[in-house]
Amino acid sequence: MYTQGLDVKPGDKAIPLESGTSEAEQGFQGRIDRDDRIEPKDWMPEGYRKTLIRQISQHAHSEVVGMLPEGNWITRAPSLRRKAVLLAKVQDEAGHGLYLYSAAETLGVSRAELVEQLLSGKAKYSSIFNYPTTTWADIGAIGWLVDGAAIMNQIPLCRCSYGPYARAMIRICKEESFHQRQGYEIMLALSRGSDAQKAMAQDALDRWWWPSLMMFGPSDKDSPHSAQSMRWGIKRISNDDLRQKFVDVTVPQAEYLGLKMPDPDLAWNEARGHYDFGAIDWEELKQVISGNGPCNKSRMKARRDAHAEGAWVREAALAHAEKRRARALKKAG
Amino acid sequence: MTDIAKDQLFEYLLRLGDSSLILGQRLSEWCGHGPELEEDIALINIALDLIGQARSLLTYAGEVEGRGRDEDGLAFLRDGTDYRNLLLVEQPNQDFAYTIARQFLFDAFHLEQQRALMGSRDETLAAIAGKSVKEVTYHLRHSSEWLVRLGDGTPLSHGKMQTALDDLWMYSGEMFEMDALEAALAEAGVAPDRAALRPAWEARVAAVIEEATLQRPDDGWMQSGGLRGRHSEHLGHILAEMQHLQRAHPGAQW
Amino acid sequence: MSSRDWPLFEVFIRSRNGLSHKHVGSLHAADAGMALENARDVYTRRAEGVSIWVVPSTQIVASDPGEKDAFFEPTADKIYRHPTFYDIPDDVKNI
Repeated sequence: MYTQGLDVKPGDKAIPLESGTSEAEQGFQGRIDRDDRIEPKDWMPEGYRKTLIRQISQHAHSEVVGMLPEGNWITRAPSLRRKAVLLAKVQDEAGHGLYLYSAAETLGVSRAELVEQLLSGKAKYSSIFNYPTTTWADIGAIGWLVDGAAIMNQIPLCRCSYGPYARAMIRICKEESFHQRQGYEIMLALSRGSDAQKAMAQDALDRWWWPSLMMFGPSDKDSPHSAQSMRWGIKRISNDDLRQKFVDVTVPQAEYLGLKMPDPDLAWNEARGHYDFGAIDWEELKQVISGNGPCNKSRMKARRDAHAEGAWVREAALAHAEKRRARALKKAG
Repeated sequence: MTDIAKDQLFEYLLRLGDSSLILGQRLSEWCGHGPELEEDIALINIALDLIGQARSLLTYAGEVEGRGRDEDGLAFLRDGTDYRNLLLVEQPNQDFAYTIARQFLFDAFHLEQQRALMGSRDETLAAIAGKSVKEVTYHLRHSSEWLVRLGDGTPLSHGKMQTALDDLWMYSGEMFEMDALEAALAEAGVAPDRAALRPAWEARVAAVIEEATLQRPDDGWMQSGGLRGRHSEHLGHILAEMQHLQRAHPGAQW
Repeated sequence: MSSRDWPLFEVFIRSRNGLSHKHVGSLHAADAGMALENARDVYTRRAEGVSIWVVPSTQIVASDPGEKDAFFEPTADKIYRHPTFYDIPDDVKNI
């Protein structure tokens, strides 16, 4: 569903901030500047490779963990049509995680290593999935707001300089085009429904609005890696610009639903041609990313349990494949 | 051939639709918790096929009944005693071996049943079966291959697969039980005789179990009742979860 | 043991008869049969294909980007291989 500007802390030496000055590095930067695409076996600076592995795997982890909050409502979807749609949507998230792990694997890292990083808590995923889905309206709000924010972030990534990532993103964006629409449709049904349903919709908007804005990552001035990512063509539009764009398109959609935005400072600014909005609670984002969100522990437990309980199945499948190979060899020999 | 009453056809459609629905619901519990990402996607595909079948069958059931109930009215507002699914499909997922055993035993039956239904005198039922057959053919391929992989995998997987098969075997007999209702439907050329589906099922199941290096469990006492609304304790929990929103907000549109 | 990945397979899909198979991505599977089914479930959810090839990723032999110039540059000046290289008066038809 989406990658966040989960930049490493300033001072993290693992990923060099500067592009080098060697001939290879300058040639590489030249290709990026000419809008050439980089492919797996091409030479690339170590920082570029590491940045990509980190970003693509965070994105993949987000898709996979993102299956959980929505999966929470599949067995309780209020109609068979909604159940089928939600299943198909969550299945898409699994597919997108898979495409992204595959893209990351072209950079010389295995899925097993990436999964291990997620399960050990070393790798991050989008903060948004650490919030609970407590009512059916949350499924609407996630589709409308979270997928809406995701699409905004992902469309520029279709032009990412790294070929396999860009191709995965094109496929993902194409498939996700129904995700936001189905979410908004749920919100529409609720906001035209009973008083209880309307209240459910408003409550979901109240809880998901601010976390959705946080999905765009820290403010540009606090985002040390953004500039380098822009130079490398990994990032195309800044966190703050995307966030503003999201606010501008979403406010009228909320008005159409007859819902109230949970931000007293939200107002159209004629001079800027944009909506002004209130201050984001960056401390909350920091806390959620560092493990203190309402659901961090349960999400990780669910992933760890699935991985651990699936181990004997994965092993058995490999063992069976080996037996078959051995039998075929014996037959041929 | 004889004519059949609407309520007989309605009852039979519930038996078909409810089994697909409840198994689809059970499989959807796996979503996000599968042993590997690829398998998560595969299980959801099967769940989606089953829920799609249930929607067609329950919609048709509502039309036949003629009391204004649609697919959701039938799925979300009937009590457990009015559900007509097989006991097998309401059994819990437990682990991947149970899920595969349940799926395999059902798929092997389901395929024969849907094939036979393609020749039903009821055109709507025949058309639904024509679509389902393609889906179920794939389901059976998937569950058969997994049964073989797990049976003939590691000693651990072999043991788990055998246990699952042994435990679920007592629910396999119900699939082939005939009663007066279905005898009348068979007479009228609307539904197949369940007993007639058994030889093909037996042959398939025996072959796959053998390839999986597993033992076919003995036919002991068989559980039954699901088709008449006598269920295990599990169905009540499935419905409590599935029907919760519709029950809590009567008449609401979603 | 449990952290051992299933092998990686590359997936190629023919979107409709008349077209060639095209690389669409990769996936993990314990064996070729599973790879084919996984490819069906993962890459043809929206009726994207009528035929699937899966190939173990380790079996793909690829050219080296470092040899790109030696491999591909020499054809750049052989423009006589293209029909537009030849001047034919507009009056001459059907050629």
